[in-house]
Parts: sequence; C-alpha cells; structure tokens
Amino acid sequence: MTTTPAPSAPGTPAPDAPVLEAVDVTKHFTVRSAVGTRSVVRAVEGATLSLPRGRVVALVGESGSGKTTLARLLAGFYAPTSGEIRLEGVPVRQRRGRVERGHHRDVQLVFQDPFGSLNPLHRVRHNIERPLRLHHGVRGKAELDRRVRELLERVALTPVEQFVDKFPHELSGGQRQRVVIARALAVEPKVLLGDEPISMLDVSIRLEMLNLLDRLRTEDGLALLYITHDIASARYLCDDIVVMYAGEMVEGGPKEHVIADPQHPYTRLLVESSPDPGRGARDREALFDADADSLGEPPSLIDPPAGCRFHPRCPFAMDVCRTQAPERINLGDGRWARCWLHQEGRAGELARPGAGVEPVAPGALAEPAAAPTATRTTQETQ
Amino acid sequence: MSAVRRDLLRGWKVRAGLSVLAFFVLLALFGPWLTASVPGLDPRANDLTAIGLPPSAEHWLGTTQFGQDVLAQTIEGTRGSLFVGFLSAVIGTALAILVGLPAGYFGGRTDSWLNFLSNLFIVMPVLPLILIVAGYMQGTGLWVIALIIGFFGWSGGARTIRAQAMSVSNRDFVLAMRTLGEPHHRLLFHEVLPHLTGWIAAMFLQGVIGGVMAEAGLAFLGISDSGAISWGTMIQAAQQQSAVLRGMWWWFVPPGLCIALVATAATLVNFGVDELSNPKLRTVRRSVVRRTRDRAGSAGSAGSADRAGSTDRADGVVGQSPVGSDA
Amino acid sequence: MVTQIVRDADRTGTGRTGINLTGARSVSGDVLEVTGLGVEYVTDGDPVRACAEVTFTLRRGEILGVAGESGSGKSTLITALTRLQRPPAVTTAGSIVFHPRDGGPAVDLVAASPKELRALRWTSLSIVLQSAMDALNPVMRLGAQFADALRTHDRSLSRDAAWARAAELLATVGISGDRVRSYPHELSGGMRQRASIALALACRPELVVMDEPTTAVDVVMQRQILAQVLRLRRELGFAVVFVTHDLSLLLELADRIAIMYAGRVVELGTADEIYDDPRHPYTRGLRDSFPPLRAPLRRLTGIPGTPPDLRRPPSGCPFHPRCALRFEGCDTHLPELVDAGGHAVACRLYDAADGGMADVGLPARTADGTEGRAERRIEDGIERRAEHRTEGGAR
Repeated sequence: MTTTPAPSAPGTPAPDAPVLEAVDVTKHFTVRSAVGTRSVVRAVEGATLSLPRGRVVALVGESGSGKTTLARLLAGFYAPTSGEIRLEGVPVRQRRGRVERGHHRDVQLVFQDPFGSLNPLHRVRHNIERPLRLHHGVRGKAELDRRVRELLERVALTPVEQFVDKFPHELSGGQRQRVVIARALAVEPKVLLGDEPISMLDVSIRLEMLNLLDRLRTEDGLALLYITHDIASARYLCDDIVVMYAGEMVEGGPKEHVIADPQHPYTRLLVESSPDPGRGARDREALFDADADSLGEPPSLIDPPAGCRFHPRCPFAMDVCRTQAPERINLGDGRWARCWLHQEGRAGELARPGAGVEPVAPGALAEPAAAPTATRTTQETQ
Repeated sequence: MSAVRRDLLRGWKVRAGLSVLAFFVLLALFGPWLTASVPGLDPRANDLTAIGLPPSAEHWLGTTQFGQDVLAQTIEGTRGSLFVGFLSAVIGTALAILVGLPAGYFGGRTDSWLNFLSNLFIVMPVLPLILIVAGYMQGTGLWVIALIIGFFGWSGGARTIRAQAMSVSNRDFVLAMRTLGEPHHRLLFHEVLPHLTGWIAAMFLQGVIGGVMAEAGLAFLGISDSGAISWGTMIQAAQQQSAVLRGMWWWFVPPGLCIALVATAATLVNFGVDELSNPKLRTVRRSVVRRTRDRAGSAGSAGSADRAGSTDRADGVVGQSPVGSDA
Repeated sequence: MVTQIVRDADRTGTGRTGINLTGARSVSGDVLEVTGLGVEYVTDGDPVRACAEVTFTLRRGEILGVAGESGSGKSTLITALTRLQRPPAVTTAGSIVFHPRDGGPAVDLVAASPKELRALRWTSLSIVLQSAMDALNPVMRLGAQFADALRTHDRSLSRDAAWARAAELLATVGISGDRVRSYPHELSGGMRQRASIALALACRPELVVMDEPTTAVDVVMQRQILAQVLRLRRELGFAVVFVTHDLSLLLELADRIAIMYAGRVVELGTADEIYDDPRHPYTRGLRDSFPPLRAPLRRLTGIPGTPPDLRRPPSGCPFHPRCALRFEGCDTHLPELVDAGGHAVACRLYDAADGGMADVGLPARTADGTEGRAERRIEDGIERRAEHRTEGGAR
C-alpha cells in the first residue's frame, strides 16, 4: 500500500487552492461568573490556516490552546468574532449563529469522544441514513441499504450485517469512531475536521484509525485537519504541522522540519516533553533533569500575558517579548514562526539542543539500533 | 429498548407499583359496570333502611350516613379520582415539555422568556388562584378540576425538563447531528426528547399523585362537582357528616387508603425508573456477592487443574476460604 | 473515603484468619509480593473475572509500570492492591503481602483487618488517582487536608507545625508554600495533580500506587510531574506502581514493566527488555502502536481486532483472536506466566510443552535454536499480517 503522502517538497506551493481557510480568525467568548461579572475568554486570536485538497494538516497544542474552538469555527458552529472562514474562496455567512446547510455539506467534524458523539438510542443504520436523506435525497429502502453498506465497507466495518443494526453500546470504541467517520463521509464532504479523533481510543487500535484517515485522504482527496496533542501521531499522519499556544498560532511548516528543528521555543518544549521510547530507555536522567521540574503552565485566556503569550515561560524572553506580540515571519520552505528571536536575529539559539533531544536533519534519519522489525513495509517520508 | 423494558420490570418495586396501578386502572375502567351488574350496589342509591351501617355481609364496606354503599362509592370514586389524576398529569407534563424543552434546547433569549414564564407560575399563589378560578367555573365537571390542576402544576416540571434538555443538547451527538445539517425539529424530537423519557415518566407519575391528592384536597375545601363521585368527595362528605366523631371509620378509610396506595405505587415505579437511569442506585444483593465468593473458591481449583504449577496455590486458597464472614 | 474503606474491609476482612506468614518472609529487598491475585465483579449472571492469577513482586524503591488497555484489569488491580475496592468487585484469590521497611512483620493486605489497613494507609501505602479532584476535598483548604493526614498519623504534631509541614510538602512539588491557604479549585489541573502527589507522600509511604496520574494533564505538565516523581523517589526512596495505558511513557519512566491483557499479566520485564525484546505478540504490537517521534516513519498497523469483552472472555489464550502468531491449541490452552531469567512471558511460543521453546527453564538468550524458532514465527507472522493488511487496505 503506497498511501504515504508525496514528500512535502519544500518551496513548492500547494497543488491547488485551499478548500477551507481561516483568515485572521478571532473568537472571544463572553462568560458570566456566578456573581454576575462578565469576562472575555480570548479563545482564538488571529488564526490563519488553510486546508488544501488531499493534504493533512495537524493542529497541535495543549488543552485550552484554542484548537477545538478553531475546529468548531471551521465547522460553522459559531461565527468568528472577527476574521473570515472561507470555503473555496467564498466567505462563509452566518445567519443567527448558524451556517447554512450547504456548509455542512462540504465540511464535517469528527468528535473526540466516540462514546458521546453517537446517540445511544439510534442504531448504526439510522446514523448513516440521516445524512444520505438530508444531503442526497436518497429515498427508497434498496438504495439506502446499498449506500449504507458501501459506507460501512469503506470504514472497514465488515461484515456489514454484523454492525448495521447494532446500537452504539454494542460496539467498541474503535468501531464507534468508524461509524462516526462513516456518518461524516455519507455527506460526501470536501473537508474532514478531526478533533482528537483517536485520543479516546485504545492504544492498539489508534493506528488503524490513522491509517483509515490516511486512506480517505488519498482515495477521496479529502482535505483533513487533524487536531491532536500528540505530536508523534501528528507526524505519522500529516504533511504539515501547525502549533497553537494559548489561542495563538506560533509555528507551522512541513512536519519533519517542525519536529526536528523547531523554530519557536514552545514547539521545542512540546517536542522535548513528548514521550519517545526511542530515546527513553537510554537517557531518562537527561530528559527528567532538574529544570524539568518547573516548566510553567499555560496562561489564563481571560487575562493573557501582554506581548508574546509564551514569554512568561520562555527561556529566551527579551524585553520586547513582554510588550509586543511578534509578527508571523516566513522562514522559507513553507515554514513560519511567530517569535521575536527571528526578528532579532537570535534564531540560532533555538537550535541549541534541549535536554536529551538531539535534532536530526530530516534527510539523515538513521535507523536506530532498536528499530522494530517489519522493514518490508517501511516507507520513509522525505 | 426491549432490554430497558426488561431491566425495568426486573425490580420488585416496579412490579409491585405497576400491579397496584394496573389494578386501580382496571377498577376505574370496569368497576362501574361491575357495580351496576350487581344489584344493590348503586353508588348513588340511598337505602334508607341501611344508614351508617358498619361493614357486613350485605354491605362489605358498610354504608354512609345517606345509606349509600361505601364499596360502590369507592369503586365509582376510583374512576373520578384517577380521571382527574391522569388528565391533570397529562396536561401538566405536556405543558412542562412544551415550555421546558425549547427553553433548554435553544437557550439564549428563548430560554429567558420561557424561564420567566415558568418562574412566574412557580411564585404564583396557586391555591388561592385555583379557588378563584374554580369558584368562577362553579358546578362544572371533574375535567375542569383536572384542567385547573394541570394548568397550575407544570412549572416545576418545566424547570426540570429545561435543565435536562440543556445538558442533553450540549452533548456531542446533538452537535454532531447538527453538523450533519439536521433541522431543529428533528434534533428536538429525535435526538433530545427521547433522552428525557425517564424524567418525563417520573414527572408524569408525580403528576398523577399530585392530581389525585389535589383533587381530594379541593373536594375537601368544597370545590368539586356536586354530582360526581371521587375519593375526594367521599372524604369531604364523611367530614361534613362528622364521620370521625361518630366512629364511622368505614366511610373515610377506604378512599383514604386508596389515595395512599396509588401514591405509594406511583412512587415505587418512580424508584425503578430512577434506578434505571442511575445504575449506582442499584444495590448489589448480598446473596449474590456471597455466591460469587463461594463459587470462586471452588472454581479456582477446578480451573487450574489442567495447569500444572498453580494447583498448589489454588488449593491453598480453597482451603482457607477467601470468603469473609459477612457482618 | 475512609468510611468506604472500612466498609469494604468489614465485608471481606473480619472473621477471617490471615495467611500464616511467619515462614514466608521474603528477601528484605521486596516491598510488595502479589501472588495469584484474582478479582471478580459480581453480576446477576456469571461473575466477571477482571484480574486473574496476577503475580509479581515490587522491589524497594522501584518503579513498576503496569500497562494495559481498557478491560485489561489494570484499574481493578489498583483498587485490589490498595484495598479500596467495594462490591461488586470481590477479591477471590491470592495474597498481597506487604513488607514494612522497619523490618516489622509482613502483612497480607487481603486478610488485614480494617484497623491494620488504617495503620498502613498514608504511612506505608498511598495512592494517587487519575483525577486529583477525587483525592482532594473541594471544600477544605489544601493545608487543612495535609494537616489532617499528617496529624492522624502523628498525634504529637501541633496544628501549626502540620501547616508548616504542608507548605514544605507543596514546595517539594513546585507549588509555592503560600498556596496552603488555597482551595483545590483555585489551582490549575496540573497543580492539583501535583498537590495530590504531595499529599500522597505526606507521611513518607514506602509504596505509592499511581493510577494514570498524568492522563488528564498536558504533555509538558506530564513531563514536570514525572520529573518530580523521579526526583522525590531519589530523595525518599519509595516504590511506585504506575498504571497507565501509555506504554511509551512507561518505557521512559519505569524500571520494570508488566503488560496486562484481559486481566492477566502477559509479560513482565525491564523497560529495556520490553522495548528491545518484547516476547509476547501483544507486547510487540503494543510497542509498535506508538508512532516514533524521530525514528524513520514506516507504516504501522497497531493490533487488529478489539480488546476482549471480559464478560465473554475468549477461550484459551485471551489474545488469540487478535494474534497473528497463533497456532494450534492457542484457542484451548491458557499459557502460564513463565519466568525466564527475570523476563517473564505468558505465551505458548515460549512454552516447551506446547510446542514452543524446548526448555523454558533456560534463559531465553541462551536457548538459541529454540528462541530462533519463536523469533522466526514472530517475523513470519508480522509479515503475514502486514501483507494481509495491505491487501485489505488496497481494496
């Protein structure tokens, strides 16, 4: 199976125009506390993101970084406070907080929790027939049956007879998530937004789900947004990675570059903190050194720090970081970062390897001593 | 769903409650026909030869001060009381859903208005209002009583429904179906409402109890249809004739007991519904725990017999009996 | 929580004589010896076996990782180890022998009376739960909760001293001392989890059981918490049973790792052994379920099928329906956990009697010919599976 994406060749522009874009999108929520004071949660601030056909973009960040809010903005759940969501270049209009049904026809969202996103009272069949009726006017039992069968086969829920009349509680987590994906596919969308689609699944079946998503991208040319906090799974599935921190996008670019050679201090921290058994068994001490004790925490989005939102935790913080938000700087090869280090000419300091992490040039990935077997199916990206 | 029904019927509380309710419903439906077909059991006939008699072979539950058969009256009263109870519960529940569901689902301004409405009804002095309205509509039948009770008794339920609808509406599957482009009415009635059935059932049963009680209470205060017979009117008549002072317990105990029975039965069914929606309320029967421990003791040795090496251990376990003696 | 503990102990403990342990004192290097532990869930029908024949020892100051998926019995194991279980969970077999540091008599936790258990909790044995909100009382200031725990076990401690000690303890997990006056909800999720770790360590226990303590926090916070646990272990020398679904985390953190599947330990070895030389096909599949962060990308398949439903466990080896290497008899014979030089595995590939390795008694490394056989089978199986996958995927 040769489904691994074409190498994200540096410098070449995306094959075609983006299907779905967020242009400088900001979303603020007004919350009222129990005592009646109002405050504004700045969930997403100036986010720009584009999803081209047949590519997988990963949105990586911690909880509360605004990645789910951005996904819901893209899905048309709420209207942005400012900025635009564009579907094939056309701004999406909202009517009384709800987009037209046409938007849902092109953009579908897969939720994190497969246990929560299926109504426990409806059978699998109902879930898949509804979008078929709604969007394709499919009537007639025979035709519905055929289409339902086709969809379940595409998400590998076979034999179909075994699953089609089941209730969600009779299915495992992985099977439920397949139903959710089949339901989204029934609409025949152009964009699939996956909001941590594997994080609630058992470890051993996560890869199958990622492989399924990869296949859908390749076969259908879907544009895929993969939201995750797990940078390793993002690397496995995606072409590009965008990193969010405290509601802002801090870095983006082709995945291998971003992981191997982070251009933002937060990305570096994130990569260093991610578990990596490849490094683990060897230098545990280095990874969990003394300064790992106090890495700080993300700020409150009600009252975020002035300037760069990462500056209170940043080992490189300068005076300018505390007062002024950095601009988005293009670094070539499709990479960009928002960090004063680049504007101040101190970017070189980022390359200094962090504790226990040695950046490897993307082209020179060496087979580690403990490489697992099954090299036959090995496919290298890059 | 059938599994749900099976689970529901498994508990003794639900079964006992439903049996009692079913008995009264049947009595309400067929009782009057029964009394009519047995000569001498006319609830309205005044037998001047038998005034205020205690229970006897002829009059099983005795007679009233007016020479009416108490058994026949109680049976006839079942119809009246349950009619009011059920009709007011239907009206109250329907209003509660009508107000609570959209409030919880749509939120925002819709919620503010509907919530205002139900709050208004909550703070309204209901009893004086009922007295006024009932006085205004004097002499009308039991169904007016039921209407009044239902109309003034939905607000608490609406708040419950609103809270539940709000929580269900924010669950992922409703958002997911919304993303599919499902219209509001489908989301309301196919996704959200079915999840509230437990609450609605509980509310309805509560409404039945409330209706029966309220009818009795209103009758006691003199607000009722003079021609109709219900448990409430029976008690009221007994009170007016000082049945307590005269020691005519057979006049007011049967209707009182019936009211208590219906209320208990509905409450028992409610317990069952609660346990179903919240499995934590189910208690593990001690006998089952003990059985498991006992069986584990013997199964431990049997299961390991084919596996050399662990037999010794398992035997040791059986020997010392892992079952703690129960407190 | 305390009342619940007592209630459970009341049901299982009283009126029962503990195992006679006088002759069974193990090497002083062990802090916990679990032997043949079995836990079942009571249902109206057949009981569900959530843990069966779980056997392992925990050495002093060691971090033992327990990895497993949903339904592997890892959470049940935790409640059984800490005696926090309550019906419908019932311990039906086995012993959990705790050896105190000061050389006092060993205690079988399964048989211990509520009073004995109470004496052990906090001072010898404590627990960190997945959600710190379950461990911290939302209506009490942090300091008061610490003071409660401290003064229960050391009555001579004055109230002020206890609060001062609480501030010290919070400082050890990087929370500034003035936070003792905070309520739990005033802390961030990561801070709460660190506070609950500090609380668990308040009375210097010898054994801390951690139930997915970092699952609810982000990766950066996870690294901070783990760094703190490692540092505190260096300083205080407690042993840890660390339960999680995230094997990649354990590979970096734990000294030894037990892999659980369907309520049984299927493999137990050092972190290096589990990573470099996993024996059980499930362990291998689980290890390869984590995409690498830096190593070259290759197509990974995870493990086909779904974790078993313990209400209807598969016959024989519980993993056989998902196993690419199953051979005749796997569906009828349940393999035992066999120790080969400290690295134990429960798989018939390595069991002489079942046609696997010729001699189980020998350490795996030296049984060249036979190990080769198992190895070959594993290689074949993975290739078979990979091909099968490819066909399936290309459809």
